[in-house]
Amino acid sequence: MLYREAGQFKTTYAEDMAIFPIRQDRIALGILLGIAFIGVPLLADFDIWPFGSDYLLRAILLPFLILALAAIGVNILVGYCGQISLGSGAFMAIGAYSAYKLGTGVHIPLTWLDFAISIPPLPVLLAILLGGLTAAVVGILFGIPSLRIKGLYLAVATLAAQFFFDWVFLRVSWFTNYAPSGSVNAPTLDFFGLNVGTPIERYMLCLIFVTAFAVLVKNLVRGNLGRQWMAIRDMDIAAELIGIRPLYAKLTAFAVSSFIIGVAGALWAFVYLGSWEPLAFSIDRSLQLLFMVIIGGLGSIMGSFVGAAFILILPILLNLIPTQLGVPLSTETITHLEFIIFGSLICFLLIKEPHGFARLISIGKEKLRLWPFPY
Amino acid sequence: MRMPDTSETLLQVEGVSLAFGGVKALRDVSFDIRKGEIRAIIGPNGAGKTSMLNVINGFYHPNHGAITFKGRTRAEMQPFEASRGGIARTFQNVALFKGMSALDNIMAGRTLKMRRGLLWQMLRYGPALAEEIEHRHRVEEIIDFLEIEAIRKVPVARLPYGLQKRVELGRALAMEPDLLLLDEPMAGMNLEEKEDMSRFIIDVNNHYGTTIALIEHDMAVVMDLSHRVAVLDHGVKIADGTPNEVKKNQGVIDAYLGIAH
Repeated sequence: MLYREAGQFKTTYAEDMAIFPIRQDRIALGILLGIAFIGVPLLADFDIWPFGSDYLLRAILLPFLILALAAIGVNILVGYCGQISLGSGAFMAIGAYSAYKLGTGVHIPLTWLDFAISIPPLPVLLAILLGGLTAAVVGILFGIPSLRIKGLYLAVATLAAQFFFDWVFLRVSWFTNYAPSGSVNAPTLDFFGLNVGTPIERYMLCLIFVTAFAVLVKNLVRGNLGRQWMAIRDMDIAAELIGIRPLYAKLTAFAVSSFIIGVAGALWAFVYLGSWEPLAFSIDRSLQLLFMVIIGGLGSIMGSFVGAAFILILPILLNLIPTQLGVPLSTETITHLEFIIFGSLICFLLIKEPHGFARLISIGKEKLRLWPFPY
Repeated sequence: MRMPDTSETLLQVEGVSLAFGGVKALRDVSFDIRKGEIRAIIGPNGAGKTSMLNVINGFYHPNHGAITFKGRTRAEMQPFEASRGGIARTFQNVALFKGMSALDNIMAGRTLKMRRGLLWQMLRYGPALAEEIEHRHRVEEIIDFLEIEAIRKVPVARLPYGLQKRVELGRALAMEPDLLLLDEPMAGMNLEEKEDMSRFIIDVNNHYGTTIALIEHDMAVVMDLSHRVAVLDHGVKIADGTPNEVKKNQGVIDAYLGIAH
C-alpha cells in the first residue's frame, strides 16, 4: 500500500527522466545512503554491534564496495554493450600495478639514447585515477578484436589478455620495482594531507569512489552513449543503419569499462590488500566478477551491487551459520557444504530468473505497485 | 491523394547487378525515386526486392552499376553514408533493440543528431541535459504521431507484433530521413493494423514530405498507397509505372499468376 505512485505527476521531461522517478524509491535510496555515509561511521565510532571489531568493515564492507565498483565496470562491457569479457582480473591488475608504479615513481632508463624517463612519485589519488586511465588504454587495445569477432570467440580473446598480464606482472620485475618475492606494498594512502589508515577511513574512501562512479555511469548508460551500447548489444546491424558506429560504441564501452575496473583494481590493491602479488588478480577474479554481473543482473547498475553482495557475503554467511547454530561440523565439511549450497543456489537462481536479481527486484516492484490486487 | 510536387530525382539506381555466388539476385536493374513520392517495389517471393533495399542503404555492395543519391554517384553505398545522408530503414522481420523500452528505441534513432561527448553525458548537467530534453521533445512528437503513448516505457520485446512494427517506424522517423525504406511494413498484420499503418505512411508522406520506398505483398495496399510501382521478378525489372499501368501489364500478370511454358 505504501508503494504507490498515484498523485505523483511529472510536468517536465527532466522529472520523468530522473534516475528514480518514483518518490518512494528516492526515499529508500536516501535512507540507504544515510546509513552508508552517516550510520556506519557513527556505529563504528561508538563500537556498537556489529562494529565491535573491525571484521565487518575490513572483511565484508570494504571488499564489497570495491568489487561492486569493478562489477559496474564489467557490467558496462558485458551487460550494456554485450561483449563478453574474461579479462577483468587483468584490467584490475593493470590498474593496480600502474597506480603502484606511478605512486612510487617511474624510472625508465633508455640507455641507448643516454636518456631516462623519470616521473616522481605522484599523489595517491592521481596515481589511482591514472592507473584507471592506463587500464582504459589497454582496454581499447584489447577491444579492437571485438570489431571482428563476437560472443564466445571474443571471450577467448579477452582470456588471452588475462593470461598475458598474469605473466607480465609475474615475470617482468620492473613492474614490482624488482621486489625479490614479487610481492609489493602500496604507498601510504595520503589524500591531500589526510592519511587514510583506519578501516573506517578506508571504508569512507571506497564509498565515495563507488558512489561517484555509480552516479556517473548511471548517467552515461541512460544517455546517448548508453543507448548506443545497448543498440549494439541487441541488434548490431540495425544499430549500424541508424548511424551508430560500431567502432566508436564498442571501443568507448571497452575504455569506460576498463577505466572503472582499473580504478577498482588500484583500490583493491592499495586500500583493501595493502600488499599483494599477481595472484590477487588471477582468472578466478575475472570469473568472480562475471558471476556477480550475471547473477546481479546484466545491464543494471543496481544489479552490480546486489551481485557483488551475493557472491561475496553469502559464502561468509554460509560459513557462519553452522558455527552460530552450534552444529558440530569440521571446518573442512563446512567449506565443502559452502561450495555445494552456493553452487546450487546459483543454478537455482539462473533457472528461475536468468536476468538476475535486478529483474527479480523490478518484478517485485511492479507487483508491489498493484498489491493487494493481482493486476 | 496528394501527388508529389516535384519531379526532382532523389535516388537513381542504374544497371545494378548483384550476385551471391551463382545466385543472381539482381540483374541490371535501373529505376529512380522522385522526391516526395511513395514508391512501391513489388514482385513474387525471391524477386530481389529486399536485396534492392539492402543495396540502397549500403548493406549489400552491388557487383555492377551505380547509385546516385542526392546528386552524388557511387558504385556502392556504405551503411554510415546512407544513415548520415538521410536514408532510414525498417526491416521485414522487426529489428528492434529488444532489451530497450519503446522510448529508448526511438531515442536511439536520434543518435546522429546528438552532439554532446562522453564527459558531458557522464555529468548529465547543463548542455547535456538540455540536449537530452530537446531530443525527448522531438521523440515525444513522434510517439504522439504514432499513437503509442501508452507503451513508451515498455520493453519492446514484450509488445505485440503490430506495435513493434510501429515502434520500428518511429525509430526510423526519429532520424528525420529524406528517404524512408519500408520492408514489408504490413507483413503479418490484420486488417485494422494494416489500415493504421497505411494511414501512418500517408501521413508521414504528407506531413513531413518524406520520400518513401516500400516493399509490400498486399496488392490492395500497394495500389492505393503508391504513386509509382516498380515490379521485379527473378532479379529483373519487368515493369515500372503508375499502379494502373502496372496492373494492366501482361508481364506482371504472368509473373504473379505464372504462365504455361
